[in-house]
This record gives sequence, C-alpha cells and structure tokens, in this order.
Amino acid sequence: MADVKPPEIASNIKKKLMYVNRKAPYGTIYALESLEVVLISAAFEQDVSLAFLDDGVYQLMKGQNTSGIGMKNFSPTFKALGDYEIKKLYVEKESLDERGLKPDDLMEISYEDEDEGFAKKPSVRIVNRSELTQIMAQQDVLLNF
Amino acid sequence: MKLGILVNEGPYTHQASDSAYHFTKAALEKGHEIFRVFFYNDGVNNGTRLTVPPQDDRNLQKAWSELADKHKLDLVVCIAAAQRRGILDQDEAKRHGKNVDNIAPGFRISGLGQLVETAMIAERLVVFGD
Amino acid sequence: MSTLHTVNKSPFERSAFISALNHLGPGDALLMIEDGVVGARKASAFAGLLEKTAKNFSVYVLGPDLAARGMAEKDVIQGARLVDYGGFVDLVTEHDRTQAWL
Repeated sequence: MADVKPPEIASNIKKKLMYVNRKAPYGTIYALESLEVVLISAAFEQDVSLAFLDDGVYQLMKGQNTSGIGMKNFSPTFKALGDYEIKKLYVEKESLDERGLKPDDLMEISYEDEDEGFAKKPSVRIVNRSELTQIMAQQDVLLNF
Repeated sequence: MKLGILVNEGPYTHQASDSAYHFTKAALEKGHEIFRVFFYNDGVNNGTRLTVPPQDDRNLQKAWSELADKHKLDLVVCIAAAQRRGILDQDEAKRHGKNVDNIAPGFRISGLGQLVETAMIAERLVVFGD
Repeated sequence: MSTLHTVNKSPFERSAFISALNHLGPGDALLMIEDGVVGARKASAFAGLLEKTAKNFSVYVLGPDLAARGMAEKDVIQGARLVDYGGFVDLVTEHDRTQAWL
C-alpha cells in the first residue's frame, strides 16, 4: 500500500468524493489502485465514499485467496478503512442479484462510531439502483476506476 | 472554468490518452484553465521520453510535452504507479540504483495526494480510461 | 444538479453502456465516445433502447470518433446530437459533474 502522506495543501475545502468501482479484483489493477487513492484521500479530510456495482461487488467478497496466482490479496485493506474514517461503502443490490451473490457473501466491514461509545457499525450499505443513482447525484466528484 | 483531467490508461493500446489529449487541447482553446493532468495506472506510460513511434504515427508523449510547454500545463505522473512500470526521474533513478531516468519533458513525478488535490480544487474532473 | 455520463465502450463488448443508462438521473446527459459510438448506430440491437433514452435524456455522440469508425450523423439514432471535442468540453462545464463508465 502506498504511504499516506500528509496533505500538501492547507485548505478548508471539503468535497464529497465518491470512488466508483465496477471491476472485479486481480484481472486488472483498477481495484487495487483505486483503493490506494482512497487511502490517500483520507489524509485530506474529505467526505469520502465508495460505490461497488457491476463486477466491482467482487472486490468485497469474503475468503479471497490469491496464493495460487502470485498476487497480493489486498481485500483485508477494505476492513481497515474504518480506521481512516472512511465509513460509507455502498453496494448495489441489483449488481449482487445479477451475479447470484448475497450480502452474506461479502466481508464484514465496520467502523467505530465515536459518538456512540465507539460502537461497531457496519460500513457496507446495500442500496438499490435508484438509491445509488441518487447518492451519485449528490457527489461533488466521481472518480471512476 | 478550472478543469482536472485523470488519465488511467497508457498510450497506443487504448484510445483513452488520445481522447484526454484532444479534450485538454480543446479546453485550453476555449480559454479554460487546466489545473492538472494526472496520469495514473498505465497512464503513467504517457510520461516516458523513450518512446519512438513510427514516423507516420502520432507521438503522444511528445504532443503532451509540447502542450505542457505552450500552456504551462502541470502534467503529474503518480509515483507509485510509475515505479511499478519503470517511469523514473533523475532522483528516483538514483534512489533505486537505476542507471537511467526516462521522464519526458514537462512531466513530473509526485504522489497520489496530487490527484486528491485535483479532485478538490478543480471545478470538474474528467476521467479517461478503459 | 446534473451529471454528464460518458461511455467509451461498445455495448456489444461491455456492460458500461447499459450500466450508464441504468444510472441516469433527472437532467443528466449521455455522451458516447471512442468505441462507445457504435452503440448509437441506428437499426442496431441497441438502437431501440437508446431511442427510448433519448426521449428523456440528452444523448450526444462524439463526431470525430464516429467519423473514424466510418459513420456520419445519418447513421446514428434519431434524437442523438453530434459534438466535437469543443462540444465535449462545453458538456463537461454545463453539467455539475462527470461520470465515466469505463
């Protein structure tokens, strides 16, 4: 994973940045390099969220085992996102359905809610297509990988 | 308007870099400001000065360098993606014990924070990729 | 608050085109570039779907990409408008954000 560097600009800009993930991991590098930017953006204190749709939902699958393909399994990093204050991982329900997947097939990813005694709360939110469309329409910037 | 460009694909295999170049040029001609062009994933391959395309083909790397020179463009190659793919400037080459650097004129190597900064400061971000 | 959606893949090859259509919101526009322009061809398998979309959303096709693939305005579905790179720039600035369906 890339080093998280402190912000290079002093700024009071706070934007809603959404990282849109539509590709399965490992077949291409997009999933990994998207995650690397996500981690960096945490240092800039932006309102960050991630969307997983189409084959992107496979990025969150439980039990990823890459030992047979000689690549690093980066899926545990998603579980660390809560420590970076990244708490909104939207997963499109229709994309799961189309692929024969269920929410239970995905990793459990949580964050600690400071306002409620650091109670563990789920970061993954299953939303339907029209909800995701509306959430996307509320963003300032969409970063597509 | 202040625009940011993200190029996620290398030249020649995919059209993405060509599209990004033509878009950037058109935006400049219309009087817009290009805050930064950020090259990520295989997009970093736009930033090597060692490409020698056939004479009857376009030379995208050179085209970017010339556009940067003419308009004082900020062309930034992601350091982590560049290291994976062998794009080095003088400092990076020295640091990693390589005997040559290959960054093209007008490009600079920097961190991913520069992409987040582009997303924050540019009024629009346009992504080109595959 | 509207979004410009760009599609650069043929609908015959990838799901990007269908995904983009599935996520259009009020006031959004669709711009087909690169191989995405083949999805705008009239009488193609996707023409009906795109014509229906064009009734509710603005649909644009990047002219230089269309020409490069041996097509002209007469070859695209009714309701689609051609733009050049300058028009692409205008569409980006006229909408609040851009979503690239890569």
